[in-house]
Amino acid sequence: MTPADLFALPAMQRALIAAVVTGLAAPVVGTYLVQRRLALMGDGLGHVAVTGVALGLLTGASPTWTAVIVAVLGAAIIELIRERGSANGDVALALLFYGGLAGGVLLTGISGQSAAFLGQYLFGSLLTIGISDLIVTMALSAVVIVLGIGLAPQLFAVAQDQEFAKVSGLRVRFYNLLVAVLAAVSVTVAMRTVGLLLVSALMVVPVAASQQLTRSFRATLLGAMVIGTIASLGGLVISAFASFKATVAPGPTIVLLALACFTVAWPIGSLLRRRRRLVEPFPVDPEVEALYGACPGEHDHQHGPACGHLAIEHGDHVDYVHDGHRHAVHVEASGERHYDEH
Amino acid sequence: MPVTAIEPHPIELTNGAVAIEGRPVLRDINLTVCTGEFVALMGANGSGKSTLVRALTGLRPLAGGELSLFGTAFDDFDDWQRVGFVPQRASAASGVPASVWEIVASGRLTHRRLFRPLSRADRAAIDDAIEIVGLGEKARDGVSTLSGGQQQRALIARALAGAPELFFLDEPTAGVDLPNQLALAEALGRLKARGATIVLVAHELGPLEPLVDRAVVMRDGRLVYDGPPLNHADVHGPHHVHDERHVDHAPRVASPLESITHPKDGMR
Repeated sequence: MTPADLFALPAMQRALIAAVVTGLAAPVVGTYLVQRRLALMGDGLGHVAVTGVALGLLTGASPTWTAVIVAVLGAAIIELIRERGSANGDVALALLFYGGLAGGVLLTGISGQSAAFLGQYLFGSLLTIGISDLIVTMALSAVVIVLGIGLAPQLFAVAQDQEFAKVSGLRVRFYNLLVAVLAAVSVTVAMRTVGLLLVSALMVVPVAASQQLTRSFRATLLGAMVIGTIASLGGLVISAFASFKATVAPGPTIVLLALACFTVAWPIGSLLRRRRRLVEPFPVDPEVEALYGACPGEHDHQHGPACGHLAIEHGDHVDYVHDGHRHAVHVEASGERHYDEH
Repeated sequence: MPVTAIEPHPIELTNGAVAIEGRPVLRDINLTVCTGEFVALMGANGSGKSTLVRALTGLRPLAGGELSLFGTAFDDFDDWQRVGFVPQRASAASGVPASVWEIVASGRLTHRRLFRPLSRADRAAIDDAIEIVGLGEKARDGVSTLSGGQQQRALIARALAGAPELFFLDEPTAGVDLPNQLALAEALGRLKARGATIVLVAHELGPLEPLVDRAVVMRDGRLVYDGPPLNHADVHGPHHVHDERHVDHAPRVASPLESITHPKDGMR
């Protein structure tokens, strides 16, 4: 089978569409979760959704819809526990997570389905996605993207500073609940792509990668969407081609590709931040200025743009960093030049 | 002479009481703030000044009493664009990078409708607010890279951006060095000149002192003084001045600014 044949397969085309929409939608909610320092909430909701899938298998209803309902309920309960701010809120969340996973596995057994069938949902099965599931995935992704970007100013303000948002007249509870529900919806949307156990990765890892390189929220959000799309589309294509040689599942490939993006972004980001901090202009302090004195050592060259010493702005002039101290050119009235220690 | 309608006071609180988890914290608070006044709420740690501001902004429900803002009972009040709030906090950073401009932009939310982009007026107000607090050059920088004092100024700019008439600031000078306090004083001075009403919680006024019209001192959840600004010793000195040397029987907890010296030992 040639690559052209592969992309001509309807199953592959459906998988490509599903990969793009989940890659776009999951990081949108992920950004708000990371901003609230709730990066693991998606993971917890994924565990809860397992029970939803199993409930679908047991009752014969569509597992996608039962997963949505159970995950949304789980999200509401998590939000309630969080709002109560009980001292051991994280323990309560853990109870919910493990209850969700154990309940799901148990119910699947009772329904007579094999563990392998549940595995489709746990680790994703992009290539088996049907037309009706694809439509649901696209519709839910669209809801997540429209609300996540359209309400960005409000969601940003609430996540940034709840008290300020409240005094601005925003209904903080509503927006908190909205983020939780959107997270639950994204979890079920990404369920088919990367699987419930890896869902959080597609929500959080693109954000982690994106924020290495950005300074603003907007850029982080858009960057995460781009990285999420690259990872999910790239992961699918790589796994499809690799499948000629070995069994390569798309879900883990997508997550590993997202992690690879982070691995690339991290050193670049720390290099950029280091560079930015290094050339940050020195503040001007008139009281200290009187203490500046000439540098006594011998100087074999004149500092300039090409001399190789780091140049940093300092008030109205430039300092050159030289052996751990700062040189500034001082021209005296007599026309004689020397370097002052700044 | 034509009869003009009397402008309602920005804040009117009568018999205000606040209980936290059933424990009475504030009681018998009567406070009316007139338009254009600069009020400093002062008192020791735990005296209830922050709680009072939180009650006035609705962050803490009142256990009793009546509160009205701009003549509207608090429960019916929804004109939040007239109110600005600077919470007490050390950092403006969160889990995701955000630029100063974005933080300040969230101060315009009270003027924006859902799903609408920023208007030109919004952008101008945001740029202005950043300029007033002197962060013009830092507008595109991430807030987490700013110093504590600069972050505090960014939060003040956020409140300024909404162009409110009534301003609440909770300890804006806490942990802020003198140059930053001076910058803050200048920003608040401009605000006052525009006719805004300002309620400020502070331990020490420092460079803000010349701006203050009225000081309200709290002690143990009650108002104990309401009048012209006071000097430091009047606020933090002992409540009862004894002629005789007096020894407390109970060990006392002093706040950092409270002098532990006995009045007889030359406090004033």
